[in-house]
Amino acid sequence: MTLAAAFFYLFSIVTIASAVMVISARNPVHSVLFLILAFVNAAGLFLLTGAEFLAMILVVVYVGAVAVLFLFVVMMLDVDFAELKQGFLQYLPVGMLVGLVVLVELITVIGVWSVAPQAALNTPTPANLSNTEAIGRVLYTQYVYLFQAAGFVLLTAMIGAIVLTLQHRKNVRRQNIAEQNARTRASAIEVKKVPSRAGV
Amino acid sequence: MVIGLEHYLIVAAVLFTLGVAGIILNRKNVIVILMSIELILLSVNLNLVAFSAQLHDLTGQIFALFILTVAAAEAAIGLAILVTYFRNRGTIAVEDINMMKG
Repeated sequence: MTLAAAFFYLFSIVTIASAVMVISARNPVHSVLFLILAFVNAAGLFLLTGAEFLAMILVVVYVGAVAVLFLFVVMMLDVDFAELKQGFLQYLPVGMLVGLVVLVELITVIGVWSVAPQAALNTPTPANLSNTEAIGRVLYTQYVYLFQAAGFVLLTAMIGAIVLTLQHRKNVRRQNIAEQNARTRASAIEVKKVPSRAGV
Repeated sequence: MVIGLEHYLIVAAVLFTLGVAGIILNRKNVIVILMSIELILLSVNLNLVAFSAQLHDLTGQIFALFILTVAAAEAAIGLAILVTYFRNRGTIAVEDINMMKG
């Protein structure tokens, strides 16, 4: 139990410290790298609570996909980040104030909550199954429509991202398959009657 | 020492606060604002998973999975909008985004 407590404090302290670095680093590339560190440690916290599947998904989705996407965009855009950093000190008091208020409110709520007596367990955790298998049994039966909806959300996001960033350049020759298939003999070739010894 | 639900809730509350403060502090830099939103969503996921473990109910983990999906979609769309905006205007300063203002 003390080992679990030690790991809890390790993971949570590193997560919070890297979250501080994410919002205060001068270079956005460092911000992205600290974001990766925060997500890996949050995955460790998930592991400690027993949510193994979500921990692995967090690493795969966030570290493998989203963070790399951020890194690509940060490196691709040629932005003067020093100029964007101006005003950080100017906003510091109001940021600290709002953060303090939010934190005090949240911690006040944490002290006094209780589960409603009429609340019922919706999907109790099965005792003899692994976490992944238990999630799969619930996700593909009880929540299958929500699962499909999540798939549609991802499809929409993919199409939207492609449509937003695709650009057709001028002066680039492209293959137009429909046009090729629509060619007929009449539109493609022309028969010329050439008089003999006169040339074309 | 037993690590209970409250410990996780406090960590999630601190993460949420840092995300909100990051949005206010980096008001000019859209990329850091998007990263702060990811931090906020992470803290929400941490809350859901902690409650799921405490109540022995899988619904919290399922919900966290869907939040993860939406967060990934949001990051992709946000960054695509950012790339398009940078291509058109040559800057990503949030304060310059006022073309729709009457």
